Amino acid sequence: MDIQKTYEKYINVFEEFKDKLKNNESEKLSNYRKKAFEIFQKLGIPDNKNENYRNAGIADILNKDYEFTIDSRGAVVNLNEFFKCEVENLDTHVVLLSNGEYYKDNEPITDLNEGVIICGLQEAKAKYPEIIEKYYNQYPSEIEDGFVALNTMFAQDGVFIYVPDNIEVNKTIQLVNLTHGFGNKNIFKRNLFVLGKNSKLSLVICDHTLNMSNNFVVDITESYVGENSQLDYHTIQNEPNKSGVINSHFINLEKYSRCNSFVISLHCGILRNNVFAKLAGENSEANLYGLNLTDKDQRVDNFTLIDHVVPNCMSNELYKGILDEHAQGSFLGRILVRKNAQKTEAYQTNNNLCLTPQTKMRTRPQLEIYADDVKCSHGATVGQLGQDALMYLRQRGIDAREAKLMLMFAFANDVLLKVNIPPLRERIANLLDSRLRGEFSFCDHCLLNCKSRS
Amino acid sequence: MLVIKNLHAEVSGKKILKGLSLEVKPGEIHAIMGPNGSGKSTLSAVLTGNENYIVTEGEIYYEGKNLFDLNVEERAKAGIFLSFQYPVEIPGVSMINFMKTAVNEQRKFKNLPPLSSGEFLKYMREMKDLVELKSDLANRSVNVGFSGGEKKRNEIFQMAMLKPKLAILDETDSGLDIDALRVVANGVNKLKTPENSAIVITHYQRLLDFIVPDFVHVLYDGKIVKSAGKELALELEEKGYSWIKEELGE
Repeated sequence: MDIQKTYEKYINVFEEFKDKLKNNESEKLSNYRKKAFEIFQKLGIPDNKNENYRNAGIADILNKDYEFTIDSRGAVVNLNEFFKCEVENLDTHVVLLSNGEYYKDNEPITDLNEGVIICGLQEAKAKYPEIIEKYYNQYPSEIEDGFVALNTMFAQDGVFIYVPDNIEVNKTIQLVNLTHGFGNKNIFKRNLFVLGKNSKLSLVICDHTLNMSNNFVVDITESYVGENSQLDYHTIQNEPNKSGVINSHFINLEKYSRCNSFVISLHCGILRNNVFAKLAGENSEANLYGLNLTDKDQRVDNFTLIDHVVPNCMSNELYKGILDEHAQGSFLGRILVRKNAQKTEAYQTNNNLCLTPQTKMRTRPQLEIYADDVKCSHGATVGQLGQDALMYLRQRGIDAREAKLMLMFAFANDVLLKVNIPPLRERIANLLDSRLRGEFSFCDHCLLNCKSRS
Repeated sequence: MLVIKNLHAEVSGKKILKGLSLEVKPGEIHAIMGPNGSGKSTLSAVLTGNENYIVTEGEIYYEGKNLFDLNVEERAKAGIFLSFQYPVEIPGVSMINFMKTAVNEQRKFKNLPPLSSGEFLKYMREMKDLVELKSDLANRSVNVGFSGGEKKRNEIFQMAMLKPKLAILDETDSGLDIDALRVVANGVNKLKTPENSAIVITHYQRLLDFIVPDFVHVLYDGKIVKSAGKELALELEEKGYSWIKEELGE
């Protein structure tokens, strides 16, 4: 398959199954699909000619066939049995997804705060139409992007979380997407998270493939953070070497709200992370952090767009990458400060370590500033481990390999220090350490020390 | 302990050491003085195994073994310690983690079990007191935000932790005020045993008031051109190096 053939396939499938996709959806939701279809026809699949996807290697993802179905794939095994999670000191509500669908037999969460809703998106469309219609696709529809349109055309399920006003969700919610079954699958997952006023939600999202299938995943997550609320969002990515994942997270921030977003990419094939953060209410704050560790022929592309719409908002961005062997990566960080967004503070940093001459890292800060009273800064570096520091550590009797690990860990640790849940921070630090030591490449054990049985 | 014979070394194609010979016996302190560019720091780099410096000729034996058979970390574990002229700042690596790794690597080399966290912290506290290191320095990243004096004191602290057989102090006195100098020198003296040795590289006689050498050598143009007792340092302080050049007929 090439890009053109894949494009035609999607067009044909949509034409053929558009009524089935509509399911019991309201007219409004159904129209989003139609509108997305028009956009997709106009934009096509973003390839190297698309400025935002220039270095993303989409053609390399699409060079194989993916099994694509709009029917539920279901789960033939009991995933609760598969998945037992034991993160020390971190008590979470676990929510399972099966091949991108909300797992029907999730063990019920008994001690959730009153009023908090966690269910499948499909289910929510029927049960909570007024919330879904108010939020679903509001922010993504503003962005013209071929993959965003593609997801909107086909996505049917994912996780829906609603936190009402004045609720701090008592435990971190851990979403575990288990991909299983044979064959290379094409998956379109859609999550929607809505926080009311004065609320707080912490999420950990783990993607976890139970076999070595090489899937092509196009995901969208939408987060709407209400006035004076806080969302802590951590996604930990561990994908097989030949997988292709395109993730887009849309974060809409109302006044005095805050989002801390972490995108931690530990292992992958070709991985693309888009984060769109809109500072829509005054005094809101977006903190976007990213860390990627790549080796072999892996490739991670991070794209961020921070949209300062109103005055007095703040954004911080820190993305770091360690590239080894033949890995490639790119960072494209756009910050848009609109004319009205005076007193904006926006800071961006992207640092990369290229450990071999064969690695390639491209970094592009793009600041578009139309207001005249702002504080903005950006900095990007691509470099190697400090030879003086290595020499210093080795002179104290620390082996070269260990010394390099210490320096790499220190480099990455800047991002981890921003994680404000200590047991989670510690756990990610351990993962990072073992990843750097080469103690896990891809394996079917859950990253968060979860016990998988197969 | 250390025997250097006819050492020639270069860096970036530039010949620096041109036939240096030196012997250090257990328990001895040797001071090496000399004008700028004479090769003092190159000597310390070659002894510690810095790969940027290329030895073109000569031999070095350390405890009877060919030093060139050992890489940087093996030399360190075998007891060679360099107090750096310019200690390197390493953001994100804590002093505790750094020292714990270094001490335990050394213990592994000696077939000793690693220190437990409790044992390690106790040992670290003792050594900190020995060199009068402010306690919070140990909690920070290696040398980050340390003043010049704190960095040098930190070098001596690491020396106390690692208990080297052969310590090379490369201009440990530079950038120190007189009080800091005394503290650093006291630390070195307290760590002195009849078995371990030191090579003290310095520009000034001042440090040698506190760390009293058994021998003073003058390094000039890549060779040791004059060796004598501690009184030589005083003479150099008074008269500079020109008289040595004259003696050499330059």
